[in-house]
Amino acid sequence: MKLRTRSHRRMPTRDGAFVYLPDSASIVRLDAEAVTVLDRFECREGLEAAEYLAETGRGRDAAAEVLEELCDVGAIRPVEEVRPPSSSLPPMPFPLATLVLNVSSRCNLSCTYCYEYGEDKLPGQGEGKRPASMSPETALRSIDFLFESARGRRDVSVTFFGGETLLNREAIEAAVDHAEGLARATEKRVHFALTTNATLLDDDIIAFLIDHRFGVNISIDGDRASHDRHRSFKSGRGSYDTVVPKIRRLLAAARGRTRPIGARVTLTRPLPNLRDLYAHLTHDIGFDEVGFAPVTSAPNRDHALLGDDYDDLLAQYSALADDYVAAALEGHRHGFSNLGDLLRELHEGVNKAHPCGAGLGLVGVATDGELGLCHRFVESEAHPIGDIENGIDEDRRREFLEKGHVNRKIECATCFARPVCAGGCYHEAEVRYGDASHPNLHYCDWIRAWTDLGLRAYARITDANPSFFQRFERTSS
Amino acid sequence: MKHIQPVNRKAKRLAEWVAGSRDEVRALQDTDTPFGCTTVFAPGWEVDSGGGTHGLCQPIERDLYDCYHSCYWPAQVPDGLTNWPSWAESCGAPMNDWKNIDLVFP
Repeated sequence: MKLRTRSHRRMPTRDGAFVYLPDSASIVRLDAEAVTVLDRFECREGLEAAEYLAETGRGRDAAAEVLEELCDVGAIRPVEEVRPPSSSLPPMPFPLATLVLNVSSRCNLSCTYCYEYGEDKLPGQGEGKRPASMSPETALRSIDFLFESARGRRDVSVTFFGGETLLNREAIEAAVDHAEGLARATEKRVHFALTTNATLLDDDIIAFLIDHRFGVNISIDGDRASHDRHRSFKSGRGSYDTVVPKIRRLLAAARGRTRPIGARVTLTRPLPNLRDLYAHLTHDIGFDEVGFAPVTSAPNRDHALLGDDYDDLLAQYSALADDYVAAALEGHRHGFSNLGDLLRELHEGVNKAHPCGAGLGLVGVATDGELGLCHRFVESEAHPIGDIENGIDEDRRREFLEKGHVNRKIECATCFARPVCAGGCYHEAEVRYGDASHPNLHYCDWIRAWTDLGLRAYARITDANPSFFQRFERTSS
Repeated sequence: MKHIQPVNRKAKRLAEWVAGSRDEVRALQDTDTPFGCTTVFAPGWEVDSGGGTHGLCQPIERDLYDCYHSCYWPAQVPDGLTNWPSWAESCGAPMNDWKNIDLVFP
């Protein structure tokens, strides 16, 4: 029988290698002998097992043992072994875990890159066909819908999104109060999260966010110059000087009393120095975590990142990853959350059938109660999947999920980054290709390089401080 | 496993699964079964247990003995090696006598 290696990624060590096996999303450590055998079977046409056992100088039984172990973990398999592509879904209707409420489609800023109101909005978004704010009644009904749709789940999450969320405190407060009541009555746990531009934070709302243990994400683009480039009021005045004192108040009040507070940085061209930006946000302002997101944009916008920018971005992420690894080796936590999130997935061995939970465990609610795949799709005409009164349109949901399954994306079949990427963001694909289920081919090389960076960081940390990842197990269970 | 160490959580589950499947499933040639199915080399669909093709499955009643005597074809017939060696005695010519064979009740 002819055997050959399956697609895998190696991270060499002094005495062997860590190997990532995308078929199962396992990470294993091979000794030097196993690496030699893996090398021998790294050929497209395959090698007869008997031929290998006859040629090997290390004794037939010993060689067969190594080979068998490599076959068992799926690193080497028969050449003719095919895995029929399947786009099977979990049993439907899948219980909801997270509801994202677009409580306000208004915003008091006019960020030039905004996908909701800027040049890259989807058809239907920002056209004023719906109420600008979600009414408290719709918010309450949405919470009812979440608890009904979550069925047997013990934990549910409500995320508030906008526009600027804090323009509609009435709906947020009503929803939180109602959700906590329902959670008590149904013995579930409810978690809250909110994204805000921080312009409207005051002592009352800070106390409210802390009391209800909100996970808070603040959109901020760095120091004054980087931030004010795009994040300005309608008058054109930058918002940095308004938001930073308020953020400091929140961070001081929340320290140790709520979940880590994260900065969410939108990256545009020309790229700033991310290490300096990270240091500013964590050391100078006091954020626990910083996550970076390249702007979602059609390629012809001035602020859109181009090919060279992505090379630069990767080099800068690599520098931040070095800092992360150095901290991890000393047992400390580092707040580069893009890498933290990736390492958590790699450690768990996540193997995604879909790029994210949109339409599966998560849906977004528009201000009028219509449901979209996620917060980025609500209020657009793309992929409406029901409303809170009548529930999810299960036929549309199933059709979308089957089409978006990674096994339907031919280009993804041989990619080692498939388990963590699964084709990438639906919204990004909708903006780029006009088809949410299209794989995001424009950033494949980048995703592979980024996944590789994550794998190497994972190997370096595991090699020198194997207990580091136990903290992920505690927080994810 | 001696040469491979599971590292992430998925690999640990995979290693447990591999170890578990080792105990439950063993290749036929590794077991001590001296008789029956293992003595028959089954080259495939196209020949019967004797290596012939003549009259294969014609008439269908003839197939009975490939299932019963030689275990050539796995089918729901009584175990003729140990428990019901005389089950088909009343069925000398299957085309005519198949009605004579009866159910068994273990």
